[in-house]
Amino acid sequence: MIPIFRKELADHLMSRRFLILFTLVLLTAIFATYVATQTLRKTVSENTEFVFLTVFTTSGERLPSFVFFLSLFIPIISIALGFDAINSERTSGNLSRLLSQPIYRDAVINGKFLAGLAVIAIIVISVIAIVSGLGLRIVGVPPDWEEVFRLLVFALVTVIYGAFWLALSTLFSILFKSSVTSMLASFGLWVFFFFFMSMIAGAVANALVPVDQSATVATLARNVELQGAIARISPRTLYEEAAISLLVPEIGSLNLVLMMAAIAGGRMVTPLPLVQSLLLIWPQIVAMIALAAICFAVSYIKFMKEEIRAF
Amino acid sequence: MATIVEAKGLCKKYDGFAAVAGLDLQIEEGEIFGLLGPNGAGKTTTILMLMGLTEPSSGTVQVCGYDPVREPLKVKRVTGYLPERVGFYEDLTARQNLRYTAELNRLPKGIAEERIARSLAAVGLSKVADQEVRTFSRGMKQRLGIADVLVKEPKLVFLDEPTSGIDPEGVGEILTIIQGMINKGITIVFCSHQLHLVERICTRVGILARGRLVAEGPIQHLGRQAMGGGKYRIKVKVNGVNPQLVNSIEQIAGVREVQGTGDTLFVNCDQDLRPQIARVIVDSGISLVGMETEEYSLEAIYTKYFTEAQQ
Repeated sequence: MIPIFRKELADHLMSRRFLILFTLVLLTAIFATYVATQTLRKTVSENTEFVFLTVFTTSGERLPSFVFFLSLFIPIISIALGFDAINSERTSGNLSRLLSQPIYRDAVINGKFLAGLAVIAIIVISVIAIVSGLGLRIVGVPPDWEEVFRLLVFALVTVIYGAFWLALSTLFSILFKSSVTSMLASFGLWVFFFFFMSMIAGAVANALVPVDQSATVATLARNVELQGAIARISPRTLYEEAAISLLVPEIGSLNLVLMMAAIAGGRMVTPLPLVQSLLLIWPQIVAMIALAAICFAVSYIKFMKEEIRAF
Repeated sequence: MATIVEAKGLCKKYDGFAAVAGLDLQIEEGEIFGLLGPNGAGKTTTILMLMGLTEPSSGTVQVCGYDPVREPLKVKRVTGYLPERVGFYEDLTARQNLRYTAELNRLPKGIAEERIARSLAAVGLSKVADQEVRTFSRGMKQRLGIADVLVKEPKLVFLDEPTSGIDPEGVGEILTIIQGMINKGITIVFCSHQLHLVERICTRVGILARGRLVAEGPIQHLGRQAMGGGKYRIKVKVNGVNPQLVNSIEQIAGVREVQGTGDTLFVNCDQDLRPQIARVIVDSGISLVGMETEEYSLEAIYTKYFTEAQQ
């Protein structure tokens, strides 16, 4: 498996595809940091804790935050790395030659998946490092240990989010013989999760728990809660909830109603310690790992069972 | 000579359709065996089963002393497979492609480089070794495919339609390379439906039709089996035929039948009786113009077996 992993990794890193994506992500990262630091000066006060982390979550008036950009671009990068993993080998006539070498068949899919994951990790870590560097330069406040840990966990969560999309596009590259079809299918799902899922969640919640003028607070709360639950089918929601909880320690609950009630009630919002934040987002992390694992397992089985004749 | 491939009652069913139905095959070490058959006769499926790339539905196989079902890696280590439409990584050079194969075979670096250089020289691609494969013609890619097989120094090589879609000059080059492999003592299984090529290089052929081996043996032997019911057919040209001559030839022990049209006689006999026939003709005072045993073309043999199998 190691030779396959090495070759795939080298192929990815040398490819134009990688260069384009990396430039794109880098530019947005720099841009988002710039916007954040501009806005920061107005919002951060003397007693704001975790100043450093706010660089990642602050959005400008018209521009979204760094976390939003990541949740948008990580799927694109992952899909670009995986959508033609198997079917391009098949159409180029490499697959049967590859499989006639003394290697186990699963080495091909494992090596490819791990190489893709390594590339995602490289991109995520370098982008976070660059943003941290810029943030440090502009904000001038060095991160404390807790902030460093939070950033590391955030990087890990981002890689897991990428792993899901990579596993999904790899699955499509096995299911569809044409790489164009598998790319379209992957992006179709991305568009669905990214744009339509929240609309669907809203529509379903409103249909099940109608909210009108006379609605009580309890109804309203149930509506919002249901909406959140449905939206969590989407990996994007899972990722954003996990990322925000990590980077904004003040978030004590992912239940919007409770949060709003706490703020409205004038209660002091105290930041959670890292362990508590982790406990809070544990279900999100596990759900993302499970989604990625299911996609990978299905691709694995499909690839192992496939008759070579079809290759 | 030792047996290198032995298959008994090999069957492969794809969704109820039998691609290979009860194939018995034996190939000796050092021979070049031609596997003939129209498209869809089960040639590729047979190779895939012999290589351990696909599992037989029933039957047993032994290749180089290993069972490809239970020990596919051991079989793949000593056998090479050139698929019908072989492909390479177009962005890599010929040498880099072979290096990847060497890595997959876990060859130590020094040995690998030496073998790669030797293989490229053997197929006449040394000069373009460091060019990207995308610049190669179909024939060059096919030769690179042979070099790719040679890198692991196999005992047994399966060539699946190695000359399809290649110009006559390229075909000549490939046949020369194959001849070189035979001289090195590599056993070759040559799959093709280009009969004249098989006739030129194969020592023994097997004719596949509908997943069964309908005939098997050295070409001339097959010809006599198919056409003359195991008999020799000798064509005699004389100057001035007379019934007396026909009568005296019929008297020779072993002659079954004499047919004549004009000055040409066809003698069917149990063995090669050319000396006896010549003496009879000369003794009768008729001048002998020419005499030859009739060779059966593979095409005629193939057509006969194939039409039989269709019925």
